[in-house]
Amino acid sequence: MAETLGNLAVGFGVALSPPVLFYAFVGCVVGTLVGVLPGVGPLAGISLLLPATFGLDATRAIVMLAGIYYGAMYGGSTTSILMRIPGEAASVMTCIDGYAMARKGRAGAALAIAAVGSYVAGTVSVVALMLLAPPLAAFALRFGPPEYFALLTLGLLVLAYMSSGSMLRALAMAALGLLFGMIGIDQMTGYFRFAYGIVELGDGIGVVPVAVGLFGLAEILATAGQPTPTEIVKPRLRELLPSRQEWRESAWPIGRGTVLGFLIGIVPGSAHIIASFVSYAVERKLAKRPEEFGRGAVAGVAGPESANNSATSGAFVPMLALGVPSGPIPAVMLAALMVHGVSPGPLLVTQQPELFWGFIASMYVGNVVLLILNLPLVGVFVNLLRVPYPILYPSILVFCILGVYAVNSSVVDIWIMLVMGALGYVLRKLDFETAPIVLGVVLAPMLEMALRQSLAMSDGRYAIFVARPISGVLLAGAAALVLLGLRPLVTRTLDWRARLALAAKGEEHP
Amino acid sequence: MLTTDRVAGGALVLLALFTLWESRRLPLGSLRQPGPAGAPVVLALVLLGLGAVLVLTGRRAAALSGVGFPEWRHAVAILAVCAFAALALERLGYRATVTLALACLLGVVERKGIVFTAVFSLALALASFLLFDTLLRVPLPRGPLGL
Repeated sequence: MAETLGNLAVGFGVALSPPVLFYAFVGCVVGTLVGVLPGVGPLAGISLLLPATFGLDATRAIVMLAGIYYGAMYGGSTTSILMRIPGEAASVMTCIDGYAMARKGRAGAALAIAAVGSYVAGTVSVVALMLLAPPLAAFALRFGPPEYFALLTLGLLVLAYMSSGSMLRALAMAALGLLFGMIGIDQMTGYFRFAYGIVELGDGIGVVPVAVGLFGLAEILATAGQPTPTEIVKPRLRELLPSRQEWRESAWPIGRGTVLGFLIGIVPGSAHIIASFVSYAVERKLAKRPEEFGRGAVAGVAGPESANNSATSGAFVPMLALGVPSGPIPAVMLAALMVHGVSPGPLLVTQQPELFWGFIASMYVGNVVLLILNLPLVGVFVNLLRVPYPILYPSILVFCILGVYAVNSSVVDIWIMLVMGALGYVLRKLDFETAPIVLGVVLAPMLEMALRQSLAMSDGRYAIFVARPISGVLLAGAAALVLLGLRPLVTRTLDWRARLALAAKGEEHP
Repeated sequence: MLTTDRVAGGALVLLALFTLWESRRLPLGSLRQPGPAGAPVVLALVLLGLGAVLVLTGRRAAALSGVGFPEWRHAVAILAVCAFAALALERLGYRATVTLALACLLGVVERKGIVFTAVFSLALALASFLLFDTLLRVPLPRGPLGL
């Protein structure tokens, strides 16, 4: 514990240095804007701003990108509460009771509860991240290629299982992503695969154009042409303070949301989205008056908002400790670290303590910055929503093109973004989730390398995967998930994921 | 009946078959020592299986006729502008390409006034260039005329 505190002191030394503090602040502001503006989620936001970090050192870059991530979680609640438009997907549940509170004249209180809940969850979950990541990294030093292969397989299956809707669809999307990840030079033999003479495809299709295409461009394609909503509930500053009763009603939901969010965040999947859905369901289940949900229940704002912020920190645990992204956003963050010459994994804590602990400390600082930013400046952020969408989306499109091009200075990446945007648009229409594609693209080379290295180690014997205890246990978990996922197909009933998908669409299941 | 699952499943089956066909150019290796085509072939077979299951079990999914594409004109225009940007960026330079792309979207697609379109397009192109290229030192193409 003393060692952890000592390391944290080093981290605060880094995080409170003026340049790092400045980039944390910039990340938080940009993240809040990303969260407020419909059509730019945190994934697209981080991907677009990745080139802007090229001139920075790794610590400042990761601190800024992380600021965008959790800033977007904060900002997403603003549009949900004031306009019933989720700025990003994790705020969908906040729309229901947040907007209902706003209609009852409690918009300021809803915003304050969301901000304080996010702050508490963000800060507490960073403590958990700080305590959990280093021992996990030490444990992961025992991992060889078979363990990594088993872990990555399990990660993909958990992502598919945790996706709302059908596991079959999610698995199909993960397989599609893995197949896209096969494009480029085979790392073991040097063969060009599916490159068709395009030299730029040698390094693969790249996570940034894929993420911006599937999430940024696809969103623009799906929403352009829709009328701009006009009704915005604008709170006054003096209305921001919740009543004593509202504080009492939000305390436990914030606590439960924090714990739930962090635990769900560690598990692969679209953690912050699932966390807010699960938290809402839990709060409604535990409520003394569940009939208030949907009509402005305080717990319906406090729980999901805390959960999605807590999940943000949880998602960093496998990324920092194992070098394995647990979802599309950590995957882009991982790519960002690699661009800056940092290899996340078990050795990061010991080899680059300033980066690791500076990053952790910056999250404490960032949460304070966001609390200060979000409440007094809510009016400023809301004014952004007055920009008509027919002007906003062309501007966002310009930043998509710019961000994607700037990563490799290659127009091939713009073509990839275009293809992925069209694919993402069609998949949205067909009700398929696209997050597993992004993760598949990132994990494909790692998975293939781990498989082939394992077979080289064992002289081609597949028994190596079950003979080693850690990989055996991980693969047993993967097999169990497949069986669980197949159950609804056999019993022809709706499992919790299908019910979640129906709830998201506002439908009741029969 | 055509449903969303059946259409998507069919498309995935076709993609898997295409991948299998294209993989024949690469050494497959053996099960004990997979070659460069090993992983793509396995993944294509998995995709083929999943696509086939989606087609077979897709009866209960939403009907394709119920999926609306009311914004398709906007979508096509935006994709066309992206294609233009990809073709023009290194030929005309960043500022000229972005100005033209924005002018097309604002003036033609969204039917904004000429003056507003011209001023906004030029201002955003110049401001984003200044921010990224000049201040953040992210090199952006200048084109033959230095634009």
